[in-house]
Amino acid sequence: MTDIKLKSFEDLKQKIKQESLRKEKEKHTVLTVSAGTCGQARGSLKVVEALERTIKDKKLEDRVIVKVTGCHGFCEAEPNIIIHPNNLFYQNVQPKDAEDIIQQTVINDTVIDRLLYKEHDTGELKSTGPEIGFYKKQMRNVLGDNEYIEPLNIDDYFAVGGYSALVKTLQEMSPEEVIDEVKRSGLRGRGGAGFLTGNKWAFSRKAKGDKKYIICNADEGDPGAYMDRSLMEGNPHRVLEGMMIGAYAIGADEGYIYIRDEYPVALKHINVAIQEAEAHGLLGENILGSGFNFKVRISRGAGAFVCGEETAMIASIEGGVGIPRQRPPFPAVKGLWKKPTNINNVETWGNVPLIINRGADWYSKIGTNGSKGTKIFSLVGKINNTGLVEVPMGITLREVIFDIGGGIPEGKDFKAVQTGGPSGGCLPKEKLDLPIDYESLTQAGSIMGSGGMIVMDENTCMVDVAKYFLNFLRDESCGKCISCREGTQRMWEIVNKISGGRGKMADLDLLEELAEAVKDASLCGLGQTAANPVLSTLRYFRDEYISHIRDKKCPAGVCKELITYSVIPENCTGCLACKKVCPSDAVSGELKEVHIINKEKCIKCGACFEACNFDAIKVE
Amino acid sequence: MIKMFINNLEVQAEEGWTIRDACEFYGLEIPTLCYNPGLSNFGGCRLCLVEVGHAPNTRLVSSCTYPCEEGLNVHTDTKRAIKARKMMIELMLSVAPGSKVIQDLASKFNVTQMRFDVRNEECILCGLCVRMCAEQMDGKAIGFQNRGYKRKISTPFDAKSKVCRECGGCMYICPACQARCQGPNAEDPVCNACLQLEPTCVDVYDEATCWMYDVGRCGTCVRPSEEESTEQEAGSK
Repeated sequence: MTDIKLKSFEDLKQKIKQESLRKEKEKHTVLTVSAGTCGQARGSLKVVEALERTIKDKKLEDRVIVKVTGCHGFCEAEPNIIIHPNNLFYQNVQPKDAEDIIQQTVINDTVIDRLLYKEHDTGELKSTGPEIGFYKKQMRNVLGDNEYIEPLNIDDYFAVGGYSALVKTLQEMSPEEVIDEVKRSGLRGRGGAGFLTGNKWAFSRKAKGDKKYIICNADEGDPGAYMDRSLMEGNPHRVLEGMMIGAYAIGADEGYIYIRDEYPVALKHINVAIQEAEAHGLLGENILGSGFNFKVRISRGAGAFVCGEETAMIASIEGGVGIPRQRPPFPAVKGLWKKPTNINNVETWGNVPLIINRGADWYSKIGTNGSKGTKIFSLVGKINNTGLVEVPMGITLREVIFDIGGGIPEGKDFKAVQTGGPSGGCLPKEKLDLPIDYESLTQAGSIMGSGGMIVMDENTCMVDVAKYFLNFLRDESCGKCISCREGTQRMWEIVNKISGGRGKMADLDLLEELAEAVKDASLCGLGQTAANPVLSTLRYFRDEYISHIRDKKCPAGVCKELITYSVIPENCTGCLACKKVCPSDAVSGELKEVHIINKEKCIKCGACFEACNFDAIKVE
Repeated sequence: MIKMFINNLEVQAEEGWTIRDACEFYGLEIPTLCYNPGLSNFGGCRLCLVEVGHAPNTRLVSSCTYPCEEGLNVHTDTKRAIKARKMMIELMLSVAPGSKVIQDLASKFNVTQMRFDVRNEECILCGLCVRMCAEQMDGKAIGFQNRGYKRKISTPFDAKSKVCRECGGCMYICPACQARCQGPNAEDPVCNACLQLEPTCVDVYDEATCWMYDVGRCGTCVRPSEEESTEQEAGSK
């Protein structure tokens, strides 16, 4: 085996150049198949297998390469294939399509229309990624490379200029200059709180101590959020490079990646990335002959949401129970093993190489006054184009939801968007033109959070949404502070009562008072934001609470205890479909007769509603 | 020495003091429940909340865990702090209405209503017993389990602990184990009997009829002084 260790800056520069040339010279057709966790779940590995088999059968091995990459962001279209060099974008590819793709597209150079993406509104066929509405308004600075890189192959990362920021940092910049550059870029923590990254680094740099640590927070626990996972899966070296630069700036020689064990693919990719980086001499002692030492360890989280909080994470890495502690002392002064520690989120680390490579001036031109750069959001819920979107700060919610997201499926009305995960808030239609940045979202009663964005349509009950998030939080509160443990439990009880039609008007005042107290009295970020789902829904959707309490009605037809199912006689054809699926024998009636639902027997499971093809079941 | 401000007074605090320590030194009363001078600071009951910072960017912190800092601006009894404390008491009372300590707190802070469904769990998870066992008794026989609303205090695997010496330290320090007065409102979730100015009992009751026979006399009943009682005894003879 040849020695692949890079011993100097020149070695690395040479390597980067060589790999980029290889990429340019390549005469191959490259089929990149998205295979993040979500792609794999949709069967992308089977597609890869089928493609490889077809290539072998047709003896095209020296002309065509199949690349298994991370997530391309467009979940709705998974598994998707991007065919370079023409950038052809095929969506929802099945193993049976492999034959056609190789025969028609690779050999005959024709486009297969049925695999192309069709716009929801216009029905237009789009053949390349950038033409699609979903990608058009995005600025994929951080995620973009996912399309080109095989995450398990470090050479691919070199080929897109990877680790050049590391060279620049180690060779040309002093730690202070790095911190200054990050400060000037205006980068703010992408984990939720939005603290200025440069300032955070400066605190850690200043802190006294010969041993310092950095931690990469990859404990992404928000329901419906998977930005960090995709970045770790698709481009793990980028995160590592960011960490190395940060470690150099702060003066740390050891780093931890705290990653949740529910992310097996990300865990595997980052493990391989660390091994490869070590083999290439990019991690370890005297990196590239610069005298800078750095090693990275992995710490696996056991699925506690609260461990995303800095001090709880430190406790967990140290082997203790994941419970937050009082700050100050801040981790920058006294963190992991009581040493100065700097913690940043995956996405924050992923932004660092970009700032070093392209400069703070370039970076700070993107975004708004207070929020710079791009932010990745996971756009999920009742939306046509589910997926990961990376947009410049300051873009409006409307642009993200309607232009990029393609609006609400089945022509339904938009009701609310929930940003920032369980600790965030629900914003109504009136706030659609709100520019997305840290301040404006906080002002509107929500938060930026880590970047979850759950879209809700008219059939979503906001009381039910608040109940869902409270249920999550009462489960995930660490339970130390009475305010958070008992407060979330009591809020859940009250909202549960309201959703069951047993609420009183006085409950709303109590709910508000309790929510304010929980927000005020709790120690950590979890408790301080736990009231947001309640407060924001009360602020914007109070009428829904009132109709649950006063009229005993759920306007959206969601809360089981308040709805009834009945048959609309005019629409019913007597097809027996509902009768067949009813698990509680509540539907009576013979073939071609109007059916009747016995309300006493009905368990409100909604099976008849789903089964009816004639819109003859009414939910009230 | 650290120079800081408490209620607009410039005070000096020693290195390593918490805000609560400083307040105690200067004679400012801060309500506490999970605090005990012989144990480490926990910060779970959130009763010792004080407001720190300069308006409008102030926040509530638990004074028993927040270290004194140079120039820190503290206000101990702001409306916001008191409102939060009262809610904490109501929450604790809703799970442990049988605790004398918490009933007393309720009376002291004028918590007069109970708007939650009472759940007689009796443990408020203040962690005093856990710290007592570990720090004073060197036992570590009990600890916290689970998180969120499922959190509880127990021995490992809920089995009899081998390190437990049955010293009773945990029971001694437990605020929820101190049974409430069996006064006139003994069945109500909120007692508030102490809020009444007049003593609950004007006459002296013997042990069999005293409200508080089980828990010990509260001392509110009108007792004859020692002289009077000896006189009475002499007279009767």
